[in-house]
Amino acid sequence: MSEYKGIRGTVWLKALTGQSAPLGGDPASVLTIDAPLGEDNARFLCVVPNPEGRFPCARHGEVGMEEAYTLATRVREVIHEDRDRLKRPIVAIVDVKSQAYGRREETAGIFLAGAAAADAYGSARLAGHPVIALIVGHAFSGAFLTHGYQANRLLAFDDDGVMIHAMHKAAAARITRRTVESLEELGKTIAPLSYNIRDYAKLGLLYKLLHVEHPENPSPAEIEGVQKELIAAIHDARNSPVDLRSRTTSSEALDMRKASIQTRRLLEAQWAEIRHEQ
Amino acid sequence: MERIEFDYPATHAVLKKAHVGVVGSGDLEVLLEPLDGDSAHVSILTSVDGFRNTWKAVLDRFFASYQGAVRIQIHDAGATPGSVLLRLQQAVEVSQR
Amino acid sequence: MSEQRNDTKFINRQSFIELNARERAEVLFDAGTSRELAGPFDRMESPWLAMQGVTPQADDGCVVMKGKISGQSTVVIALEGAFQGGSMGEVSGEKLAAALDLACADNEKGIRTNAVMLLETGGVRLQEANLGLASIAEIMASILVLRRHVPVICIIAGTVGCFGGMSLAAGLASYVVMTREARLGMNGPEVIEQTSGVDEFDSSDRALIWAIHGGEQRFAMGLADALVEDDAQQMVEAVQRFIAKGVPAVHRSSEVALYRSRIAALDPSRQWDPKELRAAWKAGAAPEVNQ
Repeated sequence: MSEYKGIRGTVWLKALTGQSAPLGGDPASVLTIDAPLGEDNARFLCVVPNPEGRFPCARHGEVGMEEAYTLATRVREVIHEDRDRLKRPIVAIVDVKSQAYGRREETAGIFLAGAAAADAYGSARLAGHPVIALIVGHAFSGAFLTHGYQANRLLAFDDDGVMIHAMHKAAAARITRRTVESLEELGKTIAPLSYNIRDYAKLGLLYKLLHVEHPENPSPAEIEGVQKELIAAIHDARNSPVDLRSRTTSSEALDMRKASIQTRRLLEAQWAEIRHEQ
Repeated sequence: MERIEFDYPATHAVLKKAHVGVVGSGDLEVLLEPLDGDSAHVSILTSVDGFRNTWKAVLDRFFASYQGAVRIQIHDAGATPGSVLLRLQQAVEVSQR
Repeated sequence: MSEQRNDTKFINRQSFIELNARERAEVLFDAGTSRELAGPFDRMESPWLAMQGVTPQADDGCVVMKGKISGQSTVVIALEGAFQGGSMGEVSGEKLAAALDLACADNEKGIRTNAVMLLETGGVRLQEANLGLASIAEIMASILVLRRHVPVICIIAGTVGCFGGMSLAAGLASYVVMTREARLGMNGPEVIEQTSGVDEFDSSDRALIWAIHGGEQRFAMGLADALVEDDAQQMVEAVQRFIAKGVPAVHRSSEVALYRSRIAALDPSRQWDPKELRAAWKAGAAPEVNQ
């Protein structure tokens, strides 16, 4: 369990690309770098805190409207540029606090901004770009839906500083009328409730859990190891369907998402049955 | 959360299934289905514990005037006895349409 | 329900909002053509609720119906706002995603099948947390593929509205139809007040909430495509109209340059009167009949 620090995005962006200057013209909260990865030239994107940001509720690592539309722009740029050639990999480095909780954001429709970014990532995946989300820190709720969750493959660090969830602990406890302690206790037996990345891995959504000893100050060997894993994930994505079915066909999902699998089978069977009638 | 089951004698067959209600606050969902034989079986899942006797009283009253051979499943989210009776009657009406 | 429908035009109007999810879905179809899939008697319940002391519902709060609208094959997926706030759990989420995928597969085989989503939801069901969030990501992926073939129509009628992660799903829809009693936003007022303080958002200010999230505002600023009265017949006509319209040339969620420039033009040093955005944003948006 760890608080959001907002440093891992920058650390891993620099580590994986060997560069520190992002593409210009964007808000300082969205860093985009193009860099070689294996035989490819990949586009890396991450959202980081920006205390000087224009919108007060999106200065601490939240994904706000500017962040979402900037991500959408940078992803669409790649789709457009590669329309007639080999599709470049897109790597979303994920360490996001949350979506921006603000009145300005609601007034101007942050939901559409989130949809626009997810549209861009999803469209890239459908166009044949291997889209990889590397979860190095926090991946919460609407922020993760906006940045990362449309990827072909999800990779996460096996580390206490990594947390994927629908809602922060205190708020989830309040809304479900539990104490934080009882919520933590429940998470030990009910995997989808857990804030622990190893429990998340049991849901079968992850392509791989990566062990990294120093996630905030990685060694050259660790960086190379993660690069190799990214290259393998890209290769796997290129040789698989562009949909998200791998998330329900993993061995973990076969166990943990039995209800999903049964529901889909039943719908498929009944759908086929009435098609004959109609 | 409590699971409660009851059985009642039945005299006539029921032809149609019926589903009414929603598991919303103070409401309940009733699934009524034909059952072979000469009895009715009721199975209740309720979010409010400790009201077995109340459930029995409501169902005794309902089955005093209803003799269908049915399986009734109830998903309850804290409905009052009045609402329960109303939903059961509604389910019977739908099954007779 | 369906037998009555043709008469309602001539007699009294029938409230759409007062209908439950199943009735809402059914009323949209051409009379007598709808069939429910994975209905309550199939008992696809949430496996996670009972173990947490919460009573499940036999359809997990998600109704899937297939039939004809305007004579065309259509699937309607309706969330039941009265059950757990319409929240997305593993089963309800999978029902929605699978229904969209099946429609997509039919379209790919040349069998045109439209899709209508009736969203009344606060987003992720917290008792199923990460599986709910994952299913929303999958629903969004399914919408993105299906809307290449046919319009994916989203109805937010009220009274729950559409919030949380599912607001992003609404944002991906080809067309959004709302009533004045419906709200659409990512974060509800209570969550904003708790997270960012009462100065940021006073959740007891009902007028403010409706001014920002309400259907009238969303339509007026071009974030919804139709505003209809709380009337089943008007809802039917809106759905028929958008089915006839087909897939839009560009989906709203793909208009990145336009919306990015609109956000860039806003003055972030103050809160805005929602009405300001109507004038600034509606211009240039495709006009749609306000029934």
